[in-house]
Amino acid sequence: MAIAPGQWREVALSDDEYRLLVDVLGREPTPLELGMFGAMWSEHCGYKHSRPLLSQLPTEAQWVLEGPGENAGAIDVGDGLAVVFKVESHNHPSAVEPYEGAATGVGGIVRDIFTMGARPIALLNSLRFGPLDLPRNRYLLDNVVGGIGGYGNCLGIPTVGGEVFFDPSFNGNPLVNAMCIGVTEHGALMRARASGPGNVIMLVGADTGRDGLHGATFASVDDPTASHRGVIQVGNPFLEKLLLEACLELLQGDDVVAMQDLGAAGLTSSVVECASRGGVGAEIDVALVPRRETGMSAYEVMLSESQERMLLVVRPEGAARVRSVVERWSLHASQIGQVTDDGVVRVLDGGTIVAEVPAGLFTDCCPTYVREGAEALEATARRSLDLTTIPDLPGDAEADSQSVAGCLLHLLASPNIASRRSIYERYDHTILANTVVAPGVGDAAVLRLRGTGRGIAAAIDCNSRYCALDPYLGAMHAVAEASRNLVCVGAKPLAITNCLNFGNPERPSGYFQLSQAVAGMAAACRALDVPVVSGNVSLYNETGEIPVMPTPAVGAVGVLEDVRNHASLRWHDGDVVVLVGGAAPSLGGSEYLSRRHGLTAGSPPPLDLEQELLVQRTVQGAVEAGLIRTAHDCGLGGLAVALAEMAIASGIGVSIDIDVPAGQSNRRDEAWFGEAPGRILVAGAEKDIQTFLALVEGKRVTATRLGTAGGSRLAAPGWIDVEVAELAAAHTSGLPGSTQ
Amino acid sequence: MSGWVAVLSFPGSNGDRDALSAFRDDVGVEARLVDHRETALEGASAVVLPGGFSYGDHLRCGAIARFAPVMASVRSFANRGGPVLGICNGFQILTEAHLLPGALLRNRTLQFHCHWTHLRFEGCDNAWLSNIQPGEVLRLPVAHGDGAFFADLETLDRLEANGQVIARYCDVDGRLSPTSNPNGSSRAIAAISNEDGNVLGLMPHPERATSPLIGGDDGLRLLRSVLDVLAVPV
Repeated sequence: MAIAPGQWREVALSDDEYRLLVDVLGREPTPLELGMFGAMWSEHCGYKHSRPLLSQLPTEAQWVLEGPGENAGAIDVGDGLAVVFKVESHNHPSAVEPYEGAATGVGGIVRDIFTMGARPIALLNSLRFGPLDLPRNRYLLDNVVGGIGGYGNCLGIPTVGGEVFFDPSFNGNPLVNAMCIGVTEHGALMRARASGPGNVIMLVGADTGRDGLHGATFASVDDPTASHRGVIQVGNPFLEKLLLEACLELLQGDDVVAMQDLGAAGLTSSVVECASRGGVGAEIDVALVPRRETGMSAYEVMLSESQERMLLVVRPEGAARVRSVVERWSLHASQIGQVTDDGVVRVLDGGTIVAEVPAGLFTDCCPTYVREGAEALEATARRSLDLTTIPDLPGDAEADSQSVAGCLLHLLASPNIASRRSIYERYDHTILANTVVAPGVGDAAVLRLRGTGRGIAAAIDCNSRYCALDPYLGAMHAVAEASRNLVCVGAKPLAITNCLNFGNPERPSGYFQLSQAVAGMAAACRALDVPVVSGNVSLYNETGEIPVMPTPAVGAVGVLEDVRNHASLRWHDGDVVVLVGGAAPSLGGSEYLSRRHGLTAGSPPPLDLEQELLVQRTVQGAVEAGLIRTAHDCGLGGLAVALAEMAIASGIGVSIDIDVPAGQSNRRDEAWFGEAPGRILVAGAEKDIQTFLALVEGKRVTATRLGTAGGSRLAAPGWIDVEVAELAAAHTSGLPGSTQ
Repeated sequence: MSGWVAVLSFPGSNGDRDALSAFRDDVGVEARLVDHRETALEGASAVVLPGGFSYGDHLRCGAIARFAPVMASVRSFANRGGPVLGICNGFQILTEAHLLPGALLRNRTLQFHCHWTHLRFEGCDNAWLSNIQPGEVLRLPVAHGDGAFFADLETLDRLEANGQVIARYCDVDGRLSPTSNPNGSSRAIAAISNEDGNVLGLMPHPERATSPLIGGDDGLRLLRSVLDVLAVPV
């Protein structure tokens, strides 16, 4: 069957890309081949715009066991253990069908982790929605959270951390990024590289249906809601749980030489990638693929994104053993082909060849684009706004909405700051009995590693607003903040995974944001010594040409040598409270400006990476040494909100002894609510704080005694005097308890 | 000490490994996973049905697991007086199997909830409660979507009269209040016993409360009761 003129546009290939395809293939493709190229050369699979940029990111360190390129990255955390992790987006499906979109997002990232031979031990997520005054956004939030919980809870993997942020740019295009962490022994790490011609290719898990056809392509074009709902995959966590256990059991033996999950672009991408990574060929017959529907064409089988499927490359003599293990888990394994030595991916349909393409054409020949970026004039104007024109808060302490205290209550109730309890309580975060620092208790999650005295910490962060105002600086902040959150619980940051959520890169302003953010991220990763070991790119996140705020989410993982020495937000009666770090707070890009004045404006706070590293190492060292057990990053809402969050978490007030504004800023609002990196509040008993302050001396790190924890009020004479219960009530009010 | 703890494993169980390691590593007794297809529990001194989503919770929580081959052995083990503990999904399975009365309905909020709760223990005439005194308050986590205990009034009254209501959700001081009942359970019931006092079902997770490092170790109070029964094979 010949390809009709323009037919390639149905699989989102441009005219130039189609010409390139014909050129490298040396002939016109078959319809199936065209579909396979459309999927493999989509932005989602081919990283057409991001690949040239991603090469800037540092990916190596002594403790990195596996960098980008495999299903997930892996790092050494000591005692012979490897921690495997990755974050992935499922934005477009979640925009259309939020419960299933989010659920299958979790399913996909979990498969990436156990494909590496690691048992998944934790999930995190990073979410973005439009404002909750729109019913559609409440529906999306409720169903995304429901989907994440529904899948993760059933799998028995605790969801231990995450973040959520609301802004009108996410109307119609929510962001749903799921991160999974697994653990295994160094020697048990598995790679997805087919090898050994003659080895058999087996498909394990769910039968193949028509769901998710061309999902990868659909995620790579504007306005996904225009596409039909039929492309959304439906998740079955029960099946995935069986698949997980079967695969981990199989990997204990030697029969399986490679494993690759079926994600975006289904069988096409898993066969191509497995063959291409291993430098071999593969021949499969779609007639041997078990179907859940009748009358499916080879095209549909090859491009289905049915969930809960895994491709195995198995030594021929082990096939029977593999089948028996899989069947014991109530699943079936079908032999669908074998590894060949000619480097060609050959697809048969009942013996007839329907596609025959050298694997490298799908991967190495995928076009890449380096475009001219230019910042949108509107963004430049926002950043350049003269913030001195904004009226300061009045100087008196009356408890009305104009006072510092009134403003604090207003900020605590902001959906971007408010308690996340109504979200994280819908996730099982105690299963596996490893959760040392649970959601809401500390700046990062801490998990113990059984059989060792160690622990790991994980956090995921990104200030989308900073990135909208200055993508280079914003991405640096994302890395610094994720890393800072790890040190606040006492972990040494080791590596990150990233999820780059951006708009259309074909537009100069979109490409500008993407390229600047990657450059900023690279700079921060180098300075803070946290390489990128895995990641994912999601472009074309826009609705009606309005792009989302650029959101390069950073998931960071660190290690605690002795997990008993960790820190939380909770201080104790009589603890001395100290601010570590002397960066000047700024109103630029702050939550205060947004919440109070409705402005997304100004330049995000400057970030001195050298100073950042000093502050982070100082605090991490003190927690690791057992000196400090209370630490909290000053994030959105600045110093006042950070103090309030600690008071709320502890149920204990604080009395501030110094005139805060005097030392911080000549503006009252900036002193209390301005934001700056490299600022961490710590608290401890007088003698421990003395020791800590002595350690800090001579380290070029500023540490300022603010006051003493105790009583039931947050009190800063002349500025704030509010009951902790009142702060807590405001904090709880910001997100709906149930958004049905 | 002889005997061992049998931790059942159904397809979709996800608390089986937690229960296994709680008994092995934290209580320090022999514990083994027993596959749902097994039909014998030879030599086991106690049987635990763990949490999870057995058979994907399809149809109704626990409704399919009830028919698993191993359940016939669990029934005869229980009928011989052997101690049986059902945690969360295990509790749901025991009610479906009619080894315990009542049923677990969808939470009042219709949502899954995971958080730490306080439980006031009342009737303690049960093989699993040899270390717990009536009136004691323990702190354990819950994590479930279908945890609202329900029984008709007659059954509830009979459970109360027989001392089969083992624990109720309460606040930190042991008082019952509308906010201390996390899921809308009838009479705030979190745990019940069978009439003979050898079968216990509870929604909270003692196997996740085995060390102060992970939030508390009150669960060990309950799990350590196996030390008293382990010497006695059933």
